[in-house]
Amino acid sequence: MNTLFKSLALVCALASPAAAIDIQSVTSPMGRTAWLVEDHTIPFVSIDVIFAGGAALDPVDHPGAVSLMTALLTEGAGDLDAQGYAAALESLAAGISFETGRDQVTMSIKALTENRDQVIDLALLALTDAHFSAQSLERVRAQQVASLEREARDPNTIAQQVYAQLGYAGHAYSRPTDGTPDSVAALTVDTILDAHRAAFTSDLVYIGAAGDITADELGALVDHILDNLPASNTPLPEYRSYDAPAGVTVIDHPGTQSVIQFGHAGIPWDDPDFMPAFLMNEIFGGGRFGTRLMDEIREQRGLTYGIYTALASYRWGDSYVGRFSTANESAAEAIDLVRQQFEWLANGGITEDDLERIKTYLTGAYPLRFDGNESIAQILASMQFQQYGIDYVNVRNDLVRAVTLEDIQRVARRLAQPEALQFVVVGQPVGLE
Amino acid sequence: MKHLLRIAAVTVFALVGALPVWASDPQLFELDNGMQVVVIEDHRAPVVVHMVWYKVGAADDPAGHSGIAHYLEHLMFKATDHMAEGEFSATVEANGGRDNAFTSWDYTAYHQRVAADRLELMMQMEADRMVNLRLDRSDWLPERDVILRERGQTRDSSPDRQFGEQMYAALFQNHPYGRPIIGWRHEIEQLTGDIATEFYRVHYAPNNAILVVAGDVEPQAVVEMAQRIYGVIPAVTDLPPRVRPTEPEQLAERRLVMRDERVGQAYVNRIYLAPNRRPGDQRQAAALTVLAALLSGSSQTSVLDRALTYDQNIAVAVWAGYNGTAIDHGTFTLGVMPAQGVTLQQAEDAMDAVVAQFIETGPDPDQFERVRMQIRAEAIYQLDDTAARANSVGADLTVGLSLQDSDDWLSILESVTPDEVVAAARGLDRRASVTGWLMGADS
Repeated sequence: MNTLFKSLALVCALASPAAAIDIQSVTSPMGRTAWLVEDHTIPFVSIDVIFAGGAALDPVDHPGAVSLMTALLTEGAGDLDAQGYAAALESLAAGISFETGRDQVTMSIKALTENRDQVIDLALLALTDAHFSAQSLERVRAQQVASLEREARDPNTIAQQVYAQLGYAGHAYSRPTDGTPDSVAALTVDTILDAHRAAFTSDLVYIGAAGDITADELGALVDHILDNLPASNTPLPEYRSYDAPAGVTVIDHPGTQSVIQFGHAGIPWDDPDFMPAFLMNEIFGGGRFGTRLMDEIREQRGLTYGIYTALASYRWGDSYVGRFSTANESAAEAIDLVRQQFEWLANGGITEDDLERIKTYLTGAYPLRFDGNESIAQILASMQFQQYGIDYVNVRNDLVRAVTLEDIQRVARRLAQPEALQFVVVGQPVGLE
Repeated sequence: MKHLLRIAAVTVFALVGALPVWASDPQLFELDNGMQVVVIEDHRAPVVVHMVWYKVGAADDPAGHSGIAHYLEHLMFKATDHMAEGEFSATVEANGGRDNAFTSWDYTAYHQRVAADRLELMMQMEADRMVNLRLDRSDWLPERDVILRERGQTRDSSPDRQFGEQMYAALFQNHPYGRPIIGWRHEIEQLTGDIATEFYRVHYAPNNAILVVAGDVEPQAVVEMAQRIYGVIPAVTDLPPRVRPTEPEQLAERRLVMRDERVGQAYVNRIYLAPNRRPGDQRQAAALTVLAALLSGSSQTSVLDRALTYDQNIAVAVWAGYNGTAIDHGTFTLGVMPAQGVTLQQAEDAMDAVVAQFIETGPDPDQFERVRMQIRAEAIYQLDDTAARANSVGADLTVGLSLQDSDDWLSILESVTPDEVVAAARGLDRRASVTGWLMGADS
């Protein structure tokens, strides 16, 4: 359920933030912006840097290029080989990691105050002076291919990939973030170098920091990191809503259970109705106990261990998507039930009482997210990436409270389309073809 | 460093200088009825984690009823004399919190994360379901199906997980650690509300539980509140001792081969019986923790990774891990996933050769120093994650360690010597191990 949850986490993180958090907007000497929550309680800092683009920048015929490229960054850089680099990082007890997502590459740094400058230099080395040696490429490629081959047999991965292919044909989102065993096997050093040039730029970048660092120190550090990066020049994807034909697609897979991913078009992240849609989904299938879907499918009938829906509202495309797993014998029944629940949703099923409960939950949960340097740095970077204002944290609960039942019903009528649902069933479901 | 970090317990500042003013160690109290209370202060955010840990887990499942501890964990979210089915989670949610629970072989824990001013409500609800659970057929029957679906989704759909179950079943010849926490499918199918109720009656009591409260709270206020809410629940006088069937001397190493068409990448895994962390006696466990970090804590610099993925192109992945936070036995795991063209036998032989060589030459001093540096840093980093600290302390205390043991863990880790690590490696006994090959159906 990795990707589903990731998108869920993204959307949630953006729709919340905190009460007693003081976010500073820091301007570097070179005029760049970073957001900071300064807290000298514990002597370390977390810094998250989001580079917009990510796997969406992969060339059409080379899915997985950006992902493999980022996996190679710490495999030797500057005058350090792969092992030397890792040893240096261990000696400083620091964390430097790069993660490729659909829409971004995130660089996360965790550094003790006592050796922060050395850690930043090491991070910069990986970012701007990685070797991409043939030897490292082959070794990391082999690991990546092995892991993709394992995933290729995982019913969750299969469901997710088939679902994406059906509704995003020709778009970057139809291709898996980490590529396929075949596409990764075919990547060359040149493709990797191109991916590096495309993925790390000084203009499409968003920085959040939290912990033991001052505004001046952070400003200098931001320039130090970004000064050596080029401006962006790679075209970004066209925006696209998910568009699969309605129906059921069965993919044969051994086992006693079927994994079922379902959905249709969603709502863009910058849509004026995004907030009511967010509340609507939290009530309907937002990945907790007590949602409508969990109650109907799990609590009342015991058909699944868990069922979730998410607004998969990415930068360049949107889908309203959900997933669950059930016994092969009950797959057809469960699909009917999900359709019925979408009808319930579209036909005004949500009540004033449901809305009040979710508002209490969401506004009460508000301060809980800002619970440590690492999570705060992450949230600050992604808030900027999603183009929220710095005062968002202070008005967000008011925005939640302002949503009316009328808003919810309007967005539910627009979003929930029971007749448009595509169900991808991976397993050996009884009575489905 | 995953393994090292995961087990790391509680703050030890002696390592990084004088105790800083911002650090506060966990404090332990006991209520009149014998319930233990641990408080960890963290005033950075107005949030609290509230957990109740019961000293009962899947290894206490009666024979033939595997899965009952885990089943009861699910049923604890059903009705009580005062609350309707589902009301517990709904109330937590209505207060902006999140709640869940987990079951291990040695403990079962229930936890909520809420704004600090909602702590009292959490205590009231948790105290209620400690004694007032009421299991109707309309509750327990569908929940059993949920668990069968859970088993289907998380175990039966994954050859790795099934293989893991088979490995544990082979490793433990007598101890119930050999049974899956979730239970065997055919035994889950036979569980009932009556069996769960009996298990609940025997094991769920204040004097068999530990309360952990971590976050923006004052210890004295927490204890007073706990005394008022939990302290009035009568202690149970006939708690069964936690004595499980123990392992005989193991004389024959076990070898398993599992073939499954869903396997994408074959691999070798080996699990040894190993010493656990014992009260007042954690040095061997600490040495095994450091051994795992040295062997495979870093995919670039550690011993197995260097030898098998860098120097020789034998593996695409290797791993080593130690789990010693358990009442009766620890386990030490080694594994290798061969590179293309390398057989499982060749990969296993190469892995054994590297460990033998390590025993011969001892740890590289530079690597050893880097691992120590990371242990020292962990004393700082862990303070950022109060929920993880609460988890560590709760697990340590429920497996019978003292708060002192828990506090001492990082400093003992840091004091481990190279000789102790070599001795720990030498102590891994093939006769007390199981080696498994997981491979595709056609190989």
